[in-house]
Amino acid sequence: MQEAINFIEARIKKYGKYLIPILQDIQQFYNYLPEEMLRILAEKMHIPFIDVYGVVTFYNSFNLAPKGEHTITVCTGTACYIRGGPKIVEAVARELNIEAGQTTDDMKFSLETVNCLGCCAIGPTVVIDGEYYGEMTAQKTLKLLRTIKEEKKEYEQVALYEST
Amino acid sequence: MPKIRIDGIEFDAPKGWTILEVAKFLGIDIPTLCYHEGLTPWSGCRLCLVEIVQGNTTKLAASCTYPAEEGLIVRTASKKIINTRKVVLELLIAQCPTSRTLQDLASKMGLNRVRFKPKWEHCIYCGLCVRMCKEQMMTRSIGFVNRGKQLKITTPFDKTSEECRRCGGCMYICPACNLRCVGPNPQTIVCGSCYNKLQPTCLDVYDSYSCWMGLKGECGTCVTEKPKEKKEI
Amino acid sequence: MSKLHSTNQLEALYKKVLSDKAHKNRIISISSGTCGQARGSIKLVEAFQDAIIDDKDKISLKVSGCHGFCAAEPNVIIYPQEIFYKNLKPEDAPRIVQSVLNDEIIPELTVSQNGTNFIHLEEIPFYSHQKRILLHDNPLIDPTNIEDYLALGGYKALSKAFEMQPEEIIETIKLSGLRGRGGAGFPTGRKWDITRGQKSEVKYIICNADEGDPGAYMDRSLLEGNSQSILEGMIIGAYAMGATKGWVYVRTEYPLAVQNVILNIDKAQELGLLGENILGSGFSFDIEVVRGAGAFVCGEETALIHSIESMRGIPSQRPPFPAQKGLFNKPTNINNVETWANVPKILVNGADWFANIGSETCKGTKIFSLVGKVKNTGLVEVPMGITLREVVYDIGEGSPKGKKIKAVQTGGPSGGCIPENMFDLAVDYESLTGAGSIMGSGGMIVMDEDTCMVDFARYFTNFLQGESCGNCSACREGTQRMYEILTDITEGKAEEDSLELLEELAHVIKNASLCGLGQTAPNPVLSTIRYYKDEYLAHIRDKRCPAGVCKTLIKYQIDANNCTGCGLCTKNCPSGAIEGELKQTHSIDQEKCIKCGICSDVCKFNSIITE
Repeated sequence: MQEAINFIEARIKKYGKYLIPILQDIQQFYNYLPEEMLRILAEKMHIPFIDVYGVVTFYNSFNLAPKGEHTITVCTGTACYIRGGPKIVEAVARELNIEAGQTTDDMKFSLETVNCLGCCAIGPTVVIDGEYYGEMTAQKTLKLLRTIKEEKKEYEQVALYEST
Repeated sequence: MPKIRIDGIEFDAPKGWTILEVAKFLGIDIPTLCYHEGLTPWSGCRLCLVEIVQGNTTKLAASCTYPAEEGLIVRTASKKIINTRKVVLELLIAQCPTSRTLQDLASKMGLNRVRFKPKWEHCIYCGLCVRMCKEQMMTRSIGFVNRGKQLKITTPFDKTSEECRRCGGCMYICPACNLRCVGPNPQTIVCGSCYNKLQPTCLDVYDSYSCWMGLKGECGTCVTEKPKEKKEI
Repeated sequence: MSKLHSTNQLEALYKKVLSDKAHKNRIISISSGTCGQARGSIKLVEAFQDAIIDDKDKISLKVSGCHGFCAAEPNVIIYPQEIFYKNLKPEDAPRIVQSVLNDEIIPELTVSQNGTNFIHLEEIPFYSHQKRILLHDNPLIDPTNIEDYLALGGYKALSKAFEMQPEEIIETIKLSGLRGRGGAGFPTGRKWDITRGQKSEVKYIICNADEGDPGAYMDRSLLEGNSQSILEGMIIGAYAMGATKGWVYVRTEYPLAVQNVILNIDKAQELGLLGENILGSGFSFDIEVVRGAGAFVCGEETALIHSIESMRGIPSQRPPFPAQKGLFNKPTNINNVETWANVPKILVNGADWFANIGSETCKGTKIFSLVGKVKNTGLVEVPMGITLREVVYDIGEGSPKGKKIKAVQTGGPSGGCIPENMFDLAVDYESLTGAGSIMGSGGMIVMDEDTCMVDFARYFTNFLQGESCGNCSACREGTQRMYEILTDITEGKAEEDSLELLEELAHVIKNASLCGLGQTAPNPVLSTIRYYKDEYLAHIRDKRCPAGVCKTLIKYQIDANNCTGCGLCTKNCPSGAIEGELKQTHSIDQEKCIKCGICSDVCKFNSIITE
């Protein structure tokens, strides 16, 4: 608890009254925004709690629920959409038995969609744990997913140089 | 003092006035919904639209927030404005058909059909309750949460608020739950009967919608006119 | 490098940098922006680092930002000859290094178009039709090294600006004809003038790097590959307008761009190009980076300001405009990344030089992201006024699979489609607006005969209903209802009058919305109805999707003529809907088929057809 308070006070010192960078730091550290942290933040910054909650829920990048060990983000921007992005989302959702925006029960995988990563020329683009993969298909993504499940380390090569 | 021309009337507007304030002063009727004199204007309902000259074309703007600037030429009623207002009202009624305020506005404007599927929601996101809580009651217990399709007005994490003082201000000012109407015709979801008659024809009743104060009608705010047979509270 | 206190010291630094680089003219530049990395450039860089380990004094390696020809990535450009090698694998590194040392060329790694091999950058049709005044520098700049930018003449514009009066600088920008590259095309010189004219001790400038349009990534490549040019533009602008502080608002989905901008601000501060008393001019100015948090609406100026103030990104009504009352209620000038990047070029080369490029009403170049169903995807920088036909066919080389190109979508979710028979249209603000679209930030998405225009309009409306801030009823309710009607149309449930209702609703949303997002939200719908009414009517009257996309209206079937019975589709079908013996024609059980389309993806014999 004291650790949490120290964390927040250090951030307030760094960013002053700007809420969003502090929230981004909290999320980076804890992988999501715990309700307790938000309450302490509102109190320390003398901001009504509803204002903090309103800002958190407005922006897409803030998560109020913990994410899984591996996050799969599929781009659903226009260029990726017409090259088959939705098929990848559906395929992964079926494989993991969750909807986009949810996490598997064993907390291993989270599926997210994002409205354009800026890799439009090489769409459809999928980001897994911060690594970008271009020109993906549903099959390639599932193959990648399965190698992660089996905890094989060489899954990068599989995605990049596989022909189908 | 900035000089504006509204509906052909030349007027020296006091500094800082909006077009709506000028119109009210001159007795020109502009329908409003999310505007209330004691609260800051919000321009969210898009009913108070007026037409403004811009270069050699016109645009629509919300009169409750548009400042009366020097040289402004404004028209408060035109075919474009009226048709736009009607469709906006159609959208709002389709959201919440049981609001008597909206039904009355519809009768006034001559709107008699709504072409969208009713959502039967209890909120039209006018923000009056939020502003009431913030500005008049200085409490900040409710606010806007999420955005776009997921927008709603609630307390943080939908939990019972500790800041809320059960003042009832939000309920008082809400155009959707203030006078709940059971009159709308299910086929057209437009009622059209209260506004144009001397006595309200439908009974205003309360139902089990969520009440932040947890009182469900016992406070007397949401039940207005009662027929003589009902007991006094 | 120590801090510079005068333009003379900057001159001396130029001489030093150029002499240091004089003998290192053999450079292998690897395109390693975010998209390059997604194609494997990191491993390629490692391979090259291993390969030149013995020859470091003869060849230098440059890990740069995006070179622009994304379909050819991972690629390298070899200087000084500008030899271009495409689609490389790490194993290619050693032999490329050998070829550079021996002054040889490897033909099979060069770009081939219509049977001809193009070795040098300027010969490749993808590049030869472009006029790269902004992107030209990317391959020669290592984003972590400010000396590369200086070697290309960086900050000469700033030195020149300090010799001019602020009004002169604004006059130069006005004469150049530069218009805002964020989409609206407002004359930049006039915008700067308005901000300058505000009476306030404190003024701010902002670089709008939110780039929320899906399909557009020009700003990303400038931010990653050449952030110094943007910073230089901002310092010049701040000096001209009398601003005291600047912000670069970058969307959080661009982590590499955020990293590189912060790094380059630090480098500029180290050299004294940002901070107190810049180059001894008496002018002090600093820049901070702010990350977005995931909201398309924050590309709108007033919403962006609220986001920097750490509030909900809700747009507010204008007037008052940001130039009058913006960030923290002070006069604020907001310009797009590409606009700022053009400023140093204009100051160094002169307003006339810029005004001579482009068309009568639109001067200079514009970077477009050419993506979608086109062969040569990437970033193209072309003079304003070029035709769409030239961009799609000469630069883009048309459809990769020989399909018929149907239309080009410009302007992102605020724009519309231009059909193929109008491809002789000049690309400039007025022509595109007249055709029912907008220039927008520069996304250019090519669609072919397999794209359903109704589904496309539905996609954009779905995007907008989630991204709308929700505060004004016209946009919030309007986009949801447009989506409902479009969904009904794509599912074959719509009535004849839906189209009329859709059009009426679209016009109301356009007129009644508070901000640009709502006002332009109906554009995709209105432009597809304008040019593709027959597709809409086919969905409504015939319950048929001509392009074969809308799931409810199509059936997946196996073409007996092409099916070899290999069984690949059966293996991959998630719902077990495909049956058949090995080496016998297979069939799809329509009851079980969930229309996921995976069979069509995996079939190597084109046997899956939709009808």
